[in-house]
Amino acid sequence: MTHVATRDAETRLGVELRLEDLRRSYGDLYALDGLSLTLAPGELVALLGPSGCGKTTALRIVAGLDEADSGRVVVDGRDISAVPANKRDMGMVFQAYSLFPHMTTQQNVEFGLKLRGDDRGKRAARAKEMLELVGLSQYAGRYAHQLSGGQQQRVALARALAIEPAVLLLDEPLSALDAKVRAQLRDEIRRVQLEVGTTTLFVTHDQEEALAIADRVGVMSHGRLEQVAAPSELYARPVSRTVAEFVGLMNRLPARVVDGRAVVLGASLGLLEGSISSGEGTALVRPESVEVHAAERGDARVVTVSFLGPITRLRLATSRGDELVAQLASAAAAGLEPGSAVEVGVAETPVLVIDAG
Amino acid sequence: MSVQRRGRLQAFRITVFVALGLFFVVPLLSMLDFSTRVIGGDGRTWVNWQALWTDENLRGAIITSLLLALFTVVLMLVLLLPTMIWVRLRVPQASRLVEFLCLLPLTVPALVIVVGIAPVYAWVTYFLGDSALTLTFAYVVLVLPYAYRALDAGLSAIDVQTLAEAARSLGSGWGTVVTRIIAPNLTSAILSAAFISVALVLGEYTFASLLNFENLQVVIALLGKSDAGAAVAASLASLVFASLLLIAFSFLGRGPRRSKEG
Repeated sequence: MTHVATRDAETRLGVELRLEDLRRSYGDLYALDGLSLTLAPGELVALLGPSGCGKTTALRIVAGLDEADSGRVVVDGRDISAVPANKRDMGMVFQAYSLFPHMTTQQNVEFGLKLRGDDRGKRAARAKEMLELVGLSQYAGRYAHQLSGGQQQRVALARALAIEPAVLLLDEPLSALDAKVRAQLRDEIRRVQLEVGTTTLFVTHDQEEALAIADRVGVMSHGRLEQVAAPSELYARPVSRTVAEFVGLMNRLPARVVDGRAVVLGASLGLLEGSISSGEGTALVRPESVEVHAAERGDARVVTVSFLGPITRLRLATSRGDELVAQLASAAAAGLEPGSAVEVGVAETPVLVIDAG
Repeated sequence: MSVQRRGRLQAFRITVFVALGLFFVVPLLSMLDFSTRVIGGDGRTWVNWQALWTDENLRGAIITSLLLALFTVVLMLVLLLPTMIWVRLRVPQASRLVEFLCLLPLTVPALVIVVGIAPVYAWVTYFLGDSALTLTFAYVVLVLPYAYRALDAGLSAIDVQTLAEAARSLGSGWGTVVTRIIAPNLTSAILSAAFISVALVLGEYTFASLLNFENLQVVIALLGKSDAGAAVAASLASLVFASLLLIAFSFLGRGPRRSKEG
């Protein structure tokens, strides 16, 4: 997880963005079912969730490109729900490449400023500044078809920021890019956002992206926010099965809850909020919390070994028929091969135990 | 591909090209020959061609047809382009209906359309006078299917929704979205629609003749009965004009992209 240090809250320049009880339905389908969320000035919040969970609908409603059935969008204390998209003062970067094909990079960046009536000199200076910010000042004269996908999205970011928007909206801007460019641009977006301090709402279905870039991540499911928390909190303390399973890999292991503690693979563990209070259930255990030791008389076997550089991922099968994934430092996994007998345990970390069904 | 096969393919291409070239050029050269021939004598004369601007009727008809072409293109674009963009952006569910309505004139013979709109034209004449330029309305209906197809192909080639939303988020009103974002990216499609409309209007006879208006084709037909040479010269001129227009438009349409790549 590449987490860039966030700026002190006092130094941020952005404004507060509040989504209040937003509802939107398409026929019988509820895309948003009472979504409420507040972004602090200068904060970057990622909305994370599977396709169809309502995250893009929420973003489009904030942008004014879609209308909520009810609820309010409040920016810096002002209700903008009835304000048309072109008067909302929002910068937006889209999933699809959105540079105007008949304009050069510079003309694209200047476009919003031109509409605001800025003179030529001011526009050119601002465009230069923005293109420098995204590292593309040497491409000012190029057209969209002469730029790579990553470059186009960086120009789109510069164009969105050039108008000094109150809020920056990012609608899966990295999903059309290949993995390497994606990771680079992800960090770049975060750097630029911290530098300009604009309050930012970022929508993605990629949990790694959300955890890496955001101050807080909101996990959405069926038009509702399941949990909003800092990435580390979300990862370590998911409040529901949906959050636990959507954020990071998760093992589902049989567990028994007795006296406020869970017994999983013989280990007694603390319980996270939202767990069942007693009886048999399923514990959701992170792969890195699974402990593996080579042991000739061990009751589990290694099924597959995936070497991922600094870490190695093992797929294991226990004698009881359970399957689980363990993640170890590659040095600790040396010597383990498919078929190796191992002993499996769970590290002393609180777990979420849900109904076995 | 073997050298022999490539050679055969090349020969086939040349044969097709030459055959098609002859198919189109021979009649045109014959027209030129006929229109410059001195009847009952030797040598060549440009009298028939001079009639294009000396014959008042012919000159008037040429101007009328050119104006009709211009007005038809303008009215067609003003009506069709914003409608099609609007349907794509805001009411995509209506796209089938719009397509059906636009293609409808293709399925109805011109003669039937004229019979249908003749009573309407009584009102058009009553309100707007009996100028042949009122044919513009009928011609917009006539060119609708072809212009629709050309514009639809252009709109399908760009991501209208995303471009419009990007422009909106930067502060554009709908007028700016259409005129400064979408239309400049449809140059080729607009030119194609315009050209096909011009070609259709310059060659149109049925509507004008049956509604008793005089456009170029009606005058050429009348002239053909008294002065075949001048009629053929006018026909050839309109054909060459339409062809030159096609070439000019195709270069104009390619121009901006070429310069971008350079």
